[in-house]
Amino acid sequence: MRLTNQSKQRLPWDTIIRWCMRFIAYSVVVAVGYILFDIVVKGVGSISWEFLTDYPRKGGTEGGILPAIMGTVYLTAGAIIVALPLGMASAIYLSEYASQGRFTRMIRLAIVTLAGVPSIVFGLFGLGLFVLFFNFGTSILAGSLTLAFMILPTIIVSSEEALRAVPRALREGSLALGATRWQTISRNVLPYALPGMFTGSILGIGRAAGETAPILLTVAAFYLPILPSSVFDQVMALPYHLYILATQHPDTTKVLPLQYGTALVLLVLVTAFNLVAIMLRMRFRKKYKW
Amino acid sequence: MVTNLPTKIETRDLNVYYDTTQALFGIDMVIPKNQVTALIGPSGCGKSTFLRSLNRMNDIILNARTEGTIRIDDQDIYASGVDLADLRRRVGMVFQKSNPFPKSLYENVVYGPKIHGVRDRQTLDELVEKSLQGAGLWEEVKDRLEKSAMELSGGQQQRLCIARALAVEPEILLMDEPASALDPKSTARIEDLIGELRENYTIVIVTHNMQQAARVSDYTAFFYEGHLIEFGETQTLFTKPGNQQTEDYITGRFG
Repeated sequence: MRLTNQSKQRLPWDTIIRWCMRFIAYSVVVAVGYILFDIVVKGVGSISWEFLTDYPRKGGTEGGILPAIMGTVYLTAGAIIVALPLGMASAIYLSEYASQGRFTRMIRLAIVTLAGVPSIVFGLFGLGLFVLFFNFGTSILAGSLTLAFMILPTIIVSSEEALRAVPRALREGSLALGATRWQTISRNVLPYALPGMFTGSILGIGRAAGETAPILLTVAAFYLPILPSSVFDQVMALPYHLYILATQHPDTTKVLPLQYGTALVLLVLVTAFNLVAIMLRMRFRKKYKW
Repeated sequence: MVTNLPTKIETRDLNVYYDTTQALFGIDMVIPKNQVTALIGPSGCGKSTFLRSLNRMNDIILNARTEGTIRIDDQDIYASGVDLADLRRRVGMVFQKSNPFPKSLYENVVYGPKIHGVRDRQTLDELVEKSLQGAGLWEEVKDRLEKSAMELSGGQQQRLCIARALAVEPEILLMDEPASALDPKSTARIEDLIGELRENYTIVIVTHNMQQAARVSDYTAFFYEGHLIEFGETQTLFTKPGNQQTEDYITGRFG
């Protein structure tokens, strides 16, 4: 057999294209790396025990950001409590029970639409429904519910994917032993799908923790140096606090280090969420394979 | 009537449709008790559909529709009000591709009994030993019941699935090409096992392998394009087929 020599013209083209693709892919990493680097370097100086555990003083120019940290924690926790059961139940219904008719298509369309709604619209929706109509006022309750609705599509879609990843043969095996549908789901589908459901959900929740627009109109306080005492109280929140410091504060240059500090805390919080998700996924991927 | 033996399953004018496609056409068949009945025929001939209609597993397939009657011990299993869980407990099933649950061996076997309300630990322990022995797996795994079922070999997994089916003490065992994904040695083990199980169970087995049908079964049914072409004693059907299509198939002229 005689192989033709590689064309002298094709080789450089191939190399050029490969390098172009590589450059584009790497530039994503560079962009993320730069943002992280910038925030860490400029923010780490502001981080102190006082910054994390103290109340803000003098209009936010001094002191810490404890109320904003706790506010974000409360809001996120509230969103989880509401959205996780709702989203998981919806996913179980769609994946295990619903017949694939027109009504199911309508539900799916609604979910996709919900996922595409801009976050400020969720904010307005929350203002209209929870703050005004249900008369919750600007409160943790209204803010959490708004965030919950915003992350609902993420939770439903990722939960449904996790359920679909469980092989059909396991369902059939269970049914063939005389198990009812719910017995099959609860004993032989959900246990294997739960890690995946949680992982997807946590990623969605991490996004909620960093959102500003939905809480802007429903809960966030401009400056409230106390901790809330009930779900009907307003709170400060990290992303909103950051927005305030950066654009609304009378002396934005003076509080620049505090902005970076706040950004760093928010970043660490969200990253921690995502790390938990990744670790969960790795642990359970080893445990269940078929 | 092909036999004077007691009847276990009787189908009358059984028609099954998927959407608008008819998969089975007016199947009349009498399956004798405590015998091994093999279903043979080319792919898509309806033998698996027939098998799955016997424990109503076709019910879970969207747009599948069943007409006619199937009687097990003179009870119409498609009558309204039939308890599906009870039916499927009495009619066990082993699938083509072994489907052990990603749990321990022990949990796999007690899955069915627990579903049906057995809670007593000692009873469960006894069931595990008895079922694994029945499936010829006990000696190999008795020291590692807490290990994951996914660590077993393919042949062991399939025998575990048989043990799991036996654990709910069924009367009938349906087997859908149980050895088609196994190596010859594991296949031989499964075939031996079928020979032992026939004493206590009525077995209906789908197989692509004609030698296997000849080896393990007492009766054989030949399906073709959704019709039951011929049904009779295995020895007769393979040596003196009464139908030209059957003869063509078993001599390898088509299919």
